[in-house]
Amino acid sequence: MLYDLGYFALVIAFALALYAACAAVFGAAGASHLHLQQAQAQVQVSSPAHADTYHDGALGARTKRPQFVESARNAALVVFLLLTLCVLIIIYGLAMLDFNVAYVADVSSRAMSPFLRVTALWGGQQGSLLFWAWMMSGFAAAVMIRKWRRDRELMPYVIFVTMGTLAFFIGLSLFITDPFARLWHNPLTDEIITALWQPRGMMVFTPQDGQGLNPLLRHFGMIGHPPTTYVGFTGFVIPFAFAIAALITGKAGGDEWIRTTRRWTLVAWLFLSIGLVLGGRWAYDVLGWGGYWGWDPIENAMLMPWLTGTAFLHSMMIQEKRGMLKVWNIVLIILTYSLSIFGTFITRTGVVGSVHAFSKSAMGPSFLIFVAVTFLGSLALMFKRLDTLKSDHELDSLLSRESAFLLQNLLFLGITFAVFWGTIFPMISELVTGTKITVGPPFFKQVTGPLFAALVLLMGIGPLFAWRKQATAKLGKSLLIPFAGSVIVTLIAAFAHWPRHPFPLALFGLWLVSLAALTTLFEFWRGARARMQSQGENFFAALGHLMWRNRRRYGGYIIHLGMAMMALGVVGDEFFKAETQGTVGVGESLAVENYTLRFDSLRQYPGSDGRDIVEASASLYRDGEFVMTLKPRRDFFVTQQQPVTVPAVYSTPGADVYVLLVGWEDIGRSASTFKIYVNPLINWVWAGGITFIIGTLIAAWSSLDDKRAASYVIRPVVGRAASLSEV
Amino acid sequence: MTRKLILSLLAIAASFMVVAVVYAQSGYPTDDDVNRVAKQLYCPVCPNTPLDVCETKACQDWRADIKDKLAVGWTDEQVIEYFVQRYGERVLAEPRRSGFTSFVWFLPVVSVAIGLVVLAQILRGWKAKHRAAVAAPTAQAGDIPPEVLQRLEKELKKIS
Repeated sequence: MLYDLGYFALVIAFALALYAACAAVFGAAGASHLHLQQAQAQVQVSSPAHADTYHDGALGARTKRPQFVESARNAALVVFLLLTLCVLIIIYGLAMLDFNVAYVADVSSRAMSPFLRVTALWGGQQGSLLFWAWMMSGFAAAVMIRKWRRDRELMPYVIFVTMGTLAFFIGLSLFITDPFARLWHNPLTDEIITALWQPRGMMVFTPQDGQGLNPLLRHFGMIGHPPTTYVGFTGFVIPFAFAIAALITGKAGGDEWIRTTRRWTLVAWLFLSIGLVLGGRWAYDVLGWGGYWGWDPIENAMLMPWLTGTAFLHSMMIQEKRGMLKVWNIVLIILTYSLSIFGTFITRTGVVGSVHAFSKSAMGPSFLIFVAVTFLGSLALMFKRLDTLKSDHELDSLLSRESAFLLQNLLFLGITFAVFWGTIFPMISELVTGTKITVGPPFFKQVTGPLFAALVLLMGIGPLFAWRKQATAKLGKSLLIPFAGSVIVTLIAAFAHWPRHPFPLALFGLWLVSLAALTTLFEFWRGARARMQSQGENFFAALGHLMWRNRRRYGGYIIHLGMAMMALGVVGDEFFKAETQGTVGVGESLAVENYTLRFDSLRQYPGSDGRDIVEASASLYRDGEFVMTLKPRRDFFVTQQQPVTVPAVYSTPGADVYVLLVGWEDIGRSASTFKIYVNPLINWVWAGGITFIIGTLIAAWSSLDDKRAASYVIRPVVGRAASLSEV
Repeated sequence: MTRKLILSLLAIAASFMVVAVVYAQSGYPTDDDVNRVAKQLYCPVCPNTPLDVCETKACQDWRADIKDKLAVGWTDEQVIEYFVQRYGERVLAEPRRSGFTSFVWFLPVVSVAIGLVVLAQILRGWKAKHRAAVAAPTAQAGDIPPEVLQRLEKELKKIS
């Protein structure tokens, strides 16, 4: 009964989303037509271009059928409430263990803690698509409540895009992966089937227990990584919707859509970043291969919208300050949106694992059609509106902030393309030649490595470039100290490690990272020193005021510092990682680098969550001195017949010692096999991630920021006057 | 009968000796040797899990297979080639740089190179436009108009 209610709520939500999309456009399009006629009637003598501007201005002031736009908004808000109801019903089923519901029987089980049962909402396909739709509708509702007055003329089309996307996702839930479907038993053939309503002659079937979540997902990370990633994916729909709305209304030439959505973009980007970092940490803790990033298709699917989103966040600054790159910014946000949907497609259909997964359900084709239609449709719209995106592209000097940003954009897109190409190539190969192939980490590392290195360099020196034109002498002056510092750091590292690790590439990496970090730190120092001299403040007060008054800029610098820290971790892990594996008896030792691991004992005991645990106890020594006792273990989930290796880690800023229990001999348990990784500098990845998140929060903080940013716009007088009138 | 038994015993003993000689030549492969090879391979059934960390029974058998091959003196390349022969190119973590799979390598490189050329052209074009604009008689000396300059100075004072 309850689930029927949920299903009906979903049906109504679907209908309302479609209605909202149509009503919004109907309400606004009528107005557009009317005003176009009025405008043409009034300014027949002047040029058509003039008529066009008049028409654009009039559109926002009054709408022909405002009641339809209002009604579309209300419908969109109701969709959010209905989807909330659907989500609550599923959560109720999961928590109450109502195994009659097919989804609950799939992902929940009696042995799971209540916490995990709730997180199982996004543990499987049906639930996660519903969750996606719910988040997206929440974002749409928030936009409509917050921005309704300010961006009235854009709103109808924002409703159109968000509700159109939402209708697609609700449609998937409704017609393909219904979260409310239940299990039925056919007494004649003894079959169990999944259907929404009771088929003729069948009985309600409720299994004694459910399958439960995939053991790898039974982790605290389940509360963090999937929802943050989904917030990121769905969040990018908002700037995309505003971009499309700006294109349709002919307002994309101004920066209104960029200003309105800057913070939304930043928040979506922040959550996607958090999702990436948490995902890496989770993989490190659970997957038992001593790493945090495996270039898996699903990881790549998350990375791609992040890359284009990062490019967009930078290049939107050129449009804000110089009024350039209007077309390019539209392209970037279209790409980011399409890659977010594509990412959901890859994650949820398993199509990359095998092409055959594509035809197994209607999901694959529908997703592909949706991505193709929205992508090509948006591009077509952009080309149709190209006349409204005209801007004067002028470049004073090749050595300028503008060209640094453009080069950065190229690198980000280059990496995105390499990742995209590597991710889909196995499919292409299977389709074209019929041979299955694997594109593994060695490919991605070799192809994207040099591009990432170039990005780190640009990240260090790019912010020093002035808009319009950078004087070479001045650049040299501000680079001198950081450059000298980075060379010194690299030389020290070279002398310290030379006999053991003569890796020129690693040293080059270290030089790049230290240059980027030092130039950024030097910027803080220079800014603070200027304030100290002019205001007579002490260093910390000066630094604090400096950052508080330019949150966007210094937030950005902190993000750069975080990236440099992560890059340091990557360099350490990439070049200096050491590993060994061996079988040792009780009392025997295994050595790697300057660490020794002595195997002390092994025990077996039943754990919670239906696990059978085998745990080793081993003593870790560094240079012969006892450090700590490590307890790596292997959890065997009996119901799923699946083992999960839980590493034991000794963690320091210099390196992690990551110990895995790989195997043991059954009789007497006298000998066990261990794998030990020494992961140098890996904690810098996590510390960099946290720094990065703090920086983004600072950059996204206040609304005063926007007004101040607007006052810095450097443009020809005409352009600036226009932007002032907007303020 | 007795002779047969002796012969077969001798044969067994001989085979042991052969194995012993091979061991002496190559050193018995350690787990690290096996992992060095396994790292470069993916088994066909476990999606996206490199062979050196995969925990399924099938992958354990593959690793045992690698160990046996290394034990009798095969080189790393021979072992990898053996798996490619038996299971196809999909076992390779790194796609080959020849044949159809060379596309996966070369397209990203080519596209970045083209991107650089296009970017250079665009920047040059924009710069030429700027030069033309500056040279035009309507342009002021220094392209920041006086009121903007005034405002800039006022705001700079405010900040500092």
